[in-house]
Amino acid sequence: MMRKDLDIIHNWVPARSRVLDLGCGDGALLERLASEKQVSGYGVEIDPQEIQKCVERGVNVVEQNLDNGLKNFADHSFDTVLMTQALQTLRFPHLVVEEMLRVGRECIITFPNFGQWKARWHLAFSGRMPVSDLLPYEWYDTPNIHFCTFKDFEVLCREHNWKILHRQAVSESPVSGVLKDFLPNLFGETAIYHLTR
Amino acid sequence: MRKILTTEAQSHHSGKPAGLPANSVGIVEPNSHTFPGPFKLACGRVLDEYTLVYETYGQLNADKSNGVLICHALSGHHHAAGYHSVSDKRPGWWDHYIGPGKPIDTNKFFVVALNNLGGCHGSTGPTSINPQTGKPWGADFPPLRARDWVHSQAQLADLLGIQQWAAVVGGSLGGMQAMRWSLEYPERLRHCVVIASAMKLSAQNIAFNETARQAITSDPDFRDGRYLEEDTLPRHGLAVARMIGHITYLSDDGLGKKFGRELRSGTFAQGVEELVEFQVQSYLRYQGDSFSGSFDPNTYILMTRALDYFDLAREYGDDPVAAFSHARCKFLLVSFTSDWRFAPERSREIADALMHANVPVTYAEVESPMGHDAFLLPNTRYENIFAAYMNNVAREQAGGARAEVTP
Repeated sequence: MMRKDLDIIHNWVPARSRVLDLGCGDGALLERLASEKQVSGYGVEIDPQEIQKCVERGVNVVEQNLDNGLKNFADHSFDTVLMTQALQTLRFPHLVVEEMLRVGRECIITFPNFGQWKARWHLAFSGRMPVSDLLPYEWYDTPNIHFCTFKDFEVLCREHNWKILHRQAVSESPVSGVLKDFLPNLFGETAIYHLTR
Repeated sequence: MRKILTTEAQSHHSGKPAGLPANSVGIVEPNSHTFPGPFKLACGRVLDEYTLVYETYGQLNADKSNGVLICHALSGHHHAAGYHSVSDKRPGWWDHYIGPGKPIDTNKFFVVALNNLGGCHGSTGPTSINPQTGKPWGADFPPLRARDWVHSQAQLADLLGIQQWAAVVGGSLGGMQAMRWSLEYPERLRHCVVIASAMKLSAQNIAFNETARQAITSDPDFRDGRYLEEDTLPRHGLAVARMIGHITYLSDDGLGKKFGRELRSGTFAQGVEELVEFQVQSYLRYQGDSFSGSFDPNTYILMTRALDYFDLAREYGDDPVAAFSHARCKFLLVSFTSDWRFAPERSREIADALMHANVPVTYAEVESPMGHDAFLLPNTRYENIFAAYMNNVAREQAGGARAEVTP
């Protein structure tokens, strides 16, 4: 994950709140939220190597496949449910977001924006599926099975009546960094959404 | 049965003779202590006194904060690690996970392993003499619950001067004791490690245990449990009981890979009448026979009953969340994918209840073809997770300030 989306999430998560981090990876975000904002909670992860890293950091992590749902979590049992860069790997992303908003009062979701100009350029001129530093896989071996753009995601939010509290586009390159504020769907590399019902 | 030394010395190591593995705790000696009663049991009966046999590995630190208690499973005992003599063919039952540099690192922890009350390896149990009759207790030994073990283990902690365990650790029935510790003595442990366990047994599990008990009690040599007085031993019954248990501790896949349909003797050739024996048959018989020569049938019945009776949340309105809201420690849970006796679902139920109760928990579902027995066997992922967790436990007690995600 990029530094910048960590910073933004950090600002949106209230201090001393209870957080569930879906697809928590190596637990770095939870560790930072715990040490800097006294946030408590659990990570959910499926990759054994990432789980090992969480344990080494002393982050609480529970092994679970998100594609099996969140039935084991009670309604509104967390203040915020996070999911960074995992939405596009899920079998039914919309159902998981629905569940996130049941389990948490709010949720924060980040995903790679497939509408970014580089991806558009790649598909338009090479005629092949985009491969980049952030998305280094070929189409047949990628864990990312449900790509979307900013616009696509906002349509989904409207259809499900999810309220967007904040949205933010981030980009690592300095030029895109300025342009993303005007044309997020074209220049944002990563989308960050803060939702509630 | 092995003769037990009755020294109360806490020194246990007599050094490491050549020939033993470098990461072994070396030669160890059992200790024994008789606790004065009255010791009231969950069933209402009272023991006037009782003896526990235990081993310790590693050194207790100055503030006595590095104690780790090992709770054993159905057929376990106090000899968890190391060797009793250089000629021992095999080390203690959990030697793979206890020792210098191993997940439960004896360079960092003072490890205590005991034979539970009701056991048959030196602690007071059905083979002990009932002081009221002067004869072996046999089937008259009071039925025990996991909480009786926990309370007696707390007395052992007092004896050793351990006010608070760094961790209480157990697999299977041992995990049930560890969980009970977290509710009965919440202030006396900082971590609870529960491996391949469950908050209660399923009907299928109880059914297997009942079949095993019936195998023992229907052996003509059982004599209503008074076989010691009558100088018999229901060896065949116990062997069958163990065979049943053993099948359920392995997985279909594991047994298949190990034996398949391989023949030990005989032939299927037409026109030849020769009895066919599969490899798996002789393997199971060997397991049953060797077990029945070293374990007490009444203890087997007592232990399986304690397993059946265990229900973590029974006294908390059958609500595991209400139960775990009493816990003050952190939890590590591990399950194994092919374990159908204590399936991963049972561990997930524990994890869910702990999360609902706001208790810190880490849960890993380890890939293994070895069934329930996986918790005793080498497995790289299991070792790594276990070692990383215990490493944090050690670091905490060394006073290193660490960022912890603490619900």
